[in-house]
Amino acid sequence: MRILYFAWVRERVGVAEEEVTPPADVADVAALIDWLATRSDGHRAAFADPARLRAAVDQAFVALDAPVAGAREVAIFPPVTGG
Amino acid sequence: MIRITVSPDPIDVAAELARLETDGAGAVATFTGLVRGDDGVETLELEHYPGATERALEQLARSACARWPLAAATIVHRVGAMTPGERIVFVGTASAHRAAALEACAYLIDRLKTDAPFWKRETVGGAARWVEARAGDATAATRWES
Repeated sequence: MRILYFAWVRERVGVAEEEVTPPADVADVAALIDWLATRSDGHRAAFADPARLRAAVDQAFVALDAPVAGAREVAIFPPVTGG
Repeated sequence: MIRITVSPDPIDVAAELARLETDGAGAVATFTGLVRGDDGVETLELEHYPGATERALEQLARSACARWPLAAATIVHRVGAMTPGERIVFVGTASAHRAAALEACAYLIDRLKTDAPFWKRETVGGAARWVEARAGDATAATRWES
């Protein structure tokens, strides 16, 4: 599974993307974030406040309780600020 | 006709307007967003999610076409580094009459603010900071839910 990070999430994690294989019990985006947080201090800092995180699964915006089973690409980022 | 552009190039409003006017409708409405220089902002940088951004804007334009009888919808968003006064976003709609064109144009810019993966980072006094999302933007987007 390819994980992408954007904006300050990317800066705190320290990489723009990484390839991971989460354990089978990681069912939704929130659980994936909890699991990713254990990878480094940077990940932990980026994911400290889940209320400030948004996500996309296979390039479609989703809520954090959306399933990740079978996803090829998951993106984690702050609330968007375009326009 | 839907036209979506996400690019680091400056936005040519005259060219976009001319294209909308060739779509054969009686009314064209446009919105242009400029980089604000409030609070001493020196530069603004736009990060986006390549692929997902274009897809989100395309979906947004399609939803506007489903809701109003549009002959055309154009969304142009700039990414990369910009300075105050430069154009950051252009939205244009063409329809037979003004009401649909004006409403669809307002819908597109309101929804773009909450539904498309862009992030602004501004530099003030040489220090860069990520711009926080505004609660007012979410409120503006929800007015189209009914």
